[in-house]
Amino acid sequence: MPSRLEIALKDQLVDAEGEGLRKKTRAYFGIELDRVRVVNVLTMDVDLAPAQLETIRKDIFTNPVTQVSSYRPLSVDGDWIVWVGFRPGVKDNPGATAMEAIEDLLGIRLGGGEAVYTSKRYCLSGRRLTRKDVEKIAGELLANDIIQQWRVWSKQGWDPTVGIGVIVPKVRLNHAPTVTVIPIDSDATLKRVSDERHLALNPNDTPVIRAYFSDPRVRAERAAVGLTDPTDVEIEYISQARSDHCNHNTFRGLFRYREAGGDRSELVDNLFKTCIEAPTLELVEKKPWVVSVLWDNAGVGRLDDKNYYVITGETHNSPSNMEAYGGAITGIVGVYRDPLGTGKGSKLVMGSYGFCVGPRDYAGPLMPRLHPRRLLDGVIEGVRDGGNKSGIPTTFGQVIFHPGYMGKCLVFVTAVGVMPAHIGGQPADQKQTSPGDLLLMCGGRVGKDGIHGVTASSEVFSEHTPAGHVQIGDPYTQKKMHDFLLEARDAGLIRFITDNGGGGLSSSVGESARFSNGAEVALDQVPLKYEGLDQWEIWVSESQERMTVAVRPDDAETFLSLSRKHAVESTVIGRYTDSGKLHLTYDGKTCAYVDMDFLKSGFPQWEFEAEWVAPEQRGLYEPVVKCPTDFRNLLIDMLQRPNICSTEWITRQYDHEVQGTSVVKPLTGADRDVDSDAAVLRPLLDSMRGLAFAQALLPAYSGIDAYHMAACSIDEAVRRVLSVGGDWSHIGGVDNFCWPNIQFDAESNPDGKFKAAQLVRACWALRDICRAYEIPLLSGKDSMYVDGHLAGRYGETHKVSALETLQFAAISVVPDIARCVSMDSKMAGDLVYVVGLTRDELGGSEYYQHLGYVGLNVPRVRTEKFVSIYRAMSQAVAKGLVASAHGVYRGGLGVHLAMVALGGGLGLHVDLRKIPAETVERNDTVLFSESAGRFIVTVDPRCQVEFEDGFKATPCACIGCVTADPVLKVDGLRGEALLSVSISELKTAWKMPFGNLV
Amino acid sequence: MAKVNALVLTGFGLNCDGETARAFELAGAFSHRAHINSLIEGSIRLEDHHILVFIGGFGWGDDHGAGVIQAVRLKTKLGDRILEFIERGRLVMGICNGFQALVNLGLLPGFDGDYQTRSIALTPNASGNFRDQWVRLRVNEKSPCVFTQGIPEADFPVRHGEGQFYAEDAVIHRLQNEHQIALRYALPDGSPAAGRFPYNPNGSVDDIAGICDPTGRIFGLMPHPEAYHDWTNHPDWLRERERARREGRPFGEGPTVGVRLLSNAVRYMQGK
Repeated sequence: MPSRLEIALKDQLVDAEGEGLRKKTRAYFGIELDRVRVVNVLTMDVDLAPAQLETIRKDIFTNPVTQVSSYRPLSVDGDWIVWVGFRPGVKDNPGATAMEAIEDLLGIRLGGGEAVYTSKRYCLSGRRLTRKDVEKIAGELLANDIIQQWRVWSKQGWDPTVGIGVIVPKVRLNHAPTVTVIPIDSDATLKRVSDERHLALNPNDTPVIRAYFSDPRVRAERAAVGLTDPTDVEIEYISQARSDHCNHNTFRGLFRYREAGGDRSELVDNLFKTCIEAPTLELVEKKPWVVSVLWDNAGVGRLDDKNYYVITGETHNSPSNMEAYGGAITGIVGVYRDPLGTGKGSKLVMGSYGFCVGPRDYAGPLMPRLHPRRLLDGVIEGVRDGGNKSGIPTTFGQVIFHPGYMGKCLVFVTAVGVMPAHIGGQPADQKQTSPGDLLLMCGGRVGKDGIHGVTASSEVFSEHTPAGHVQIGDPYTQKKMHDFLLEARDAGLIRFITDNGGGGLSSSVGESARFSNGAEVALDQVPLKYEGLDQWEIWVSESQERMTVAVRPDDAETFLSLSRKHAVESTVIGRYTDSGKLHLTYDGKTCAYVDMDFLKSGFPQWEFEAEWVAPEQRGLYEPVVKCPTDFRNLLIDMLQRPNICSTEWITRQYDHEVQGTSVVKPLTGADRDVDSDAAVLRPLLDSMRGLAFAQALLPAYSGIDAYHMAACSIDEAVRRVLSVGGDWSHIGGVDNFCWPNIQFDAESNPDGKFKAAQLVRACWALRDICRAYEIPLLSGKDSMYVDGHLAGRYGETHKVSALETLQFAAISVVPDIARCVSMDSKMAGDLVYVVGLTRDELGGSEYYQHLGYVGLNVPRVRTEKFVSIYRAMSQAVAKGLVASAHGVYRGGLGVHLAMVALGGGLGLHVDLRKIPAETVERNDTVLFSESAGRFIVTVDPRCQVEFEDGFKATPCACIGCVTADPVLKVDGLRGEALLSVSISELKTAWKMPFGNLV
Repeated sequence: MAKVNALVLTGFGLNCDGETARAFELAGAFSHRAHINSLIEGSIRLEDHHILVFIGGFGWGDDHGAGVIQAVRLKTKLGDRILEFIERGRLVMGICNGFQALVNLGLLPGFDGDYQTRSIALTPNASGNFRDQWVRLRVNEKSPCVFTQGIPEADFPVRHGEGQFYAEDAVIHRLQNEHQIALRYALPDGSPAAGRFPYNPNGSVDDIAGICDPTGRIFGLMPHPEAYHDWTNHPDWLRERERARREGRPFGEGPTVGVRLLSNAVRYMQGK
C-alpha cells in the first residue's frame, strides 16, 4: 500500500518558492495572488512498517525547525489547489535520493519495483481567482504536459480527508521483450518500416541495407548464428548510425554551389573534409601544442608539459524547445560526459552556455509550444542545476533574442576538462580496446529515454506509458560517476572510455569496438529502470549519465569495488573481440550480427543544391537615414536593447568559481557587474598557467551574408581571448553550427538552396579565417533543422526558421595569470586608445536593427591587416603595458566605450576625430559601426611611449582620457560636444530591461 | 611544529574538495581528501586527523533540504565517532553545504554540550534563487571562534540557494548573547548589512553568515573561505594590482584572508 507524505513550511515562515511564484504570476499573466504556499509530496510505493514510516518522516523528510509533515493531507490555506507530478518514466531525481536516504537510515535494501515519487501541491490564495486563471497558471507556469501531469481543485471541491489522493506514476509495460524480423523484399517495404518506426532512413540508404542483408556470404554467416533477414535491433542500429546527428551527412555531403546571375559554379565535396579537417591537419604540423583532434569525443591541447586541456561543444535544441528545463539540463550534463570520455578521461573544469530565444516580451500572434519567456526561464534553470550540481564553474555565456528562434530555440553548451599527459607512463590522450577486454556500462540505468528523440512527442499518452522522450539530466549521479572514473583512471584501470550520448550503447559500443574490431554484448545484462524493454530499445536508448568502459579482466574486481565505494552502478555487459562482428545476444540468443565495417562502406553521399544570391541582388541596400542629433538618448536606448543590456541575473545564478580556479570572472569592474571579454581560469591550483575562454554569436549578419557572420564570429572570439591575456600563437577553436533545413523542397522549403549556399559560405569563412589566424578546430558540432511550425491567429501555421547561426568558441593558454587584464578602465588620467580601423560597416548592426533596418555593408574580417594588430595586442598585454583592454563588439564604439566607463566607474572624454577610420564621415557611423578587428585600450601615461611603439605599423590612436568625473563625453567629427551623459544614468539604463529579475 | 592533518570529505555530489585541500595546505596543514565511504568502512580513520572539514557542494543533489541526507548518513554511520572527535578537542568546519550538514547533524549550535539537536535551519534564499556573489563579512571579535581570531573583516564568495539562516527567537538571542555569531554580512564599509540585499545575499536573520559552538571549535559558515586561497580569486584583484603598481607597492604578497582563517585553525591544533 503506497503512502503519501506531505511536507510544508510552518505557517508563520515565508515561503520563498511560493513568493517567487506569486511574483511570476503577476509579471507573466497579470494575475494577482495574495499568497502561495507549496506543499512537497512524497508518494512512497515501498513496503515499510508504520514505525519505519514514522522514523523516515521525522529523521529525513521533516526539518523540525521549519517544517510540518503528515501522512494525511496537511491543512494549508488556499482558494485553489494545484497538484503537479511527473508522468510515468520521467527521471525523478529527488525521488531517487529519497530511496537512498531511506535505505541508509533504515539499513535496508528496497526491492526492484519499489520507488519514491516526488510531486508538489500548490495552494493559491486570491479573491478574484477563477478556474481559468488557475488552469493557466498550472498549464503555462507550473507544469509542462510533456513530462508532467496536473490537477486543479477549488476550495469547495477539495476533500481535506482525501487530499490529492495517492497517485503512483509507475511504469507498467506488461510487455515481453521481443525481437522482430524486418522484411527487406523491396525498397518500398523498408520505407514503410522506416515510416512506421520513425527511423527517418534516407531513401538512398535502403538499397545499400538491402544489398548487405541479401549478400549470400552475409546470409550464410547469419544463418550460422540463427538469423535470416535483419532484426529490428539491427535496423534500428543502422538507422541511428546513419542519422545526420551521428554521421554528419550534411557536412559530408556534396553541394552544387552556384551564384545567381554570375558564372561561378562549383562542386563542393564534403564541407567537413575541406573546411574543417584539412585546415586543422595543416595546422597540427605547425602547432606542436595540438595533442589530439578530429577523432575523440573532444579535442586535446597542451596546457603545460605535464598536462593537457580538453574542449568540446554541443547543442540541445529540440529537447529544450519542448521541455526547456529538462532539455537544457540534459544538454549541459551531457556535454560534460564528452571530456570525461576523452582519452582515458578528463576532469571537468569549466562550462559555458549560449542561448538563442525569441523576444522575452513577445506579444504577437504566433503560438510557440513555450512562450520565449518561459522557455528562457527553463533553459536558464536547467543549465544552472546541471552546472552547479556538477561542481563545474559556468564561467561564460551569452543570450541572443531574435524572433527566428521562436521556431526552435538554440541551447549551446561547451565543456573544458584537463587530464595529465601521462598515466602510469602511458599517454593519457590515447586509448584502445583489445580483444578480451571486458565491456562495462557505468552510471545510470536504461529506460525508454530519448528513443527516437522528439518524434515520439506527438504520440498519445496513457496513464502508465513512459514519457521518456524528453529527459531530465541527473547531475548528482553523474558527479559520483565522474569522481569514480577519475580515480579509476589514475589507478590505471581504464583502457578505453566513451560516453553514451546520441544512439546510446549502439553508438558507444559501435565506436569503441572499432579498435579491437569486434564486440559481443549480452543485452539481458544491461541494468534497466523497469522491465519490458525490447532488445532494440536497450540498444539505442539514450538514457543519460552512462559511460562505456573497457577494462582488462584482471582489473575488473578492483574497478567494480571502486565503483561500489563511490555508490556508482557498473556492470559487465560484454567483451571486446577481433571477430570483425558486432554480436548482440539476449538470453543467449543472437539478436544482431553485423560486420564492423558495414557502416563505413558503400552508403551514398547526401546531395544538396546550393544557390547563392548576393545581398544586392536580394534587394538589400544601405538605408537612407540622416545623422541623428540626440546622441544622448540614442546611446541610452542602445544600451537598453535586449541583446546589449545587462543579463547579470543569469550570470549570478551560475556558480562561476567552484574549484577555486577563477582568475577573470564573468562579471568585472568597480561594481563587479560588467561583462568580461573572456573568462580566465587556472585549472591547476599550483601552477600560474591559465586558460582563457570566450565565445561569440553574431547571427544578425546572416541576414546579409553568412560568410561574414562566420568570419566576424571567429574574429570576435579571438579578440575576446586576446583582451584578457590569451596567447596569439595558441588559440584553439570550437565551431558549433545551427542551421535551418537546407534540403530544397519547392513546397516545404522553397529557400533551401539559399540556406545551403549560406552554409557553404559560412564553412568557407571558417576555413579562411582559421587558416589565416592559425586556429586549429579542436572540436565542433552541427545541428541542422532549426525550424519550427507555429500556429497563428487564424488557425494557420507558419514555418519559422532560425537565422543561420555559428557559435564560435576560442580557447587560449595564458602563460602567466598574474599578467591578465580586465576590460574596465582603472585610473583617472589614463589614456584611451582605439586600436584597429573603423569603417562604414553598419550593415546588420545593432544600430540599424534599432532603427528598423538591415543594411548592406556588413563588417568584413581583413585577416592580413588584423594579424599584425593581434600580434601587437598580445604583446602589449603580455608586457603589462595596458591597464584595460576591451574588444569592440555588437553595438560598436558607442556601446563599448560606455562599457569601459561603466566597468571602471570613471568617466571618459574622447574625440571622434582621432579615431582611426576609413571613409567614415558621420558621427553615427563612427559610434555604431561594428567593424571587426578593433579594441579599446586604456594605458598608464607612463607606459605611453612603449605602448605606442608596439603599434607603429598598425592603426592605433589615442582618442582621449579616463576622467575622474564619472561622465562619458564625446566630441564629434566637427569638434562639437556630441554627447555628455553620466555613468550612473548609463548604467541604470543598461541594467533596466532585466534589472528586476533575480 | 606538530603535524596537523585536515580531513576533507568527498563524494555523493560534494565538489569543493580540490580548493579546500589546497587552501588547508597553504595554511600549513596536511590535507587528506577522502570519500565519506572510506571513513565509514574504516580505511580512513577519523582519529588520525585534527580538523574535520565538511565541504561545499550538492550532497545528494541537495534534495530534501540542503545537507539533510549527508547528515542522516553521517549520523547513522559515524555519529559516535564524530562526537568522540569533538570531545578530544579537535576542530570541525562546515562550509556552505558543509554548514548545512552541521546544523542538520545538530553539531551546531551545540548549546550546553548538546551536539545532536537540530535547532537551526538554512532555508531557501529570500531572493528565491541560487546566487554567486562576493560578500563583505564582519567578524565578531568577541566570538570564541578559533578560526576568526585576529581577523576583523573578510571578503568571500557566497554560492548557494539555501543560505537563509533561521532559528526561533530564543535560539537567536542565545547565539547573540554568547557571541556564537562569528561572521555577519556587512556593507562595503564594514557596517552591518541590516538585511539589505545584495550585501546580505540571502535574507539571513541578524545578517548571520557563520556561527560557532560555545567552545569555538566547531565552525560553520555559508561563504567560501577556500575560494579565496589566492590573490587572483578576488573580484577586485585586477583593480588592486593596478593601484599597487601605480603607487609602487607590491601586490599579492602573503596569504589571503581565506588562508589566514584556516591558518588560525592549524595553529590552534599545533598548539595543542
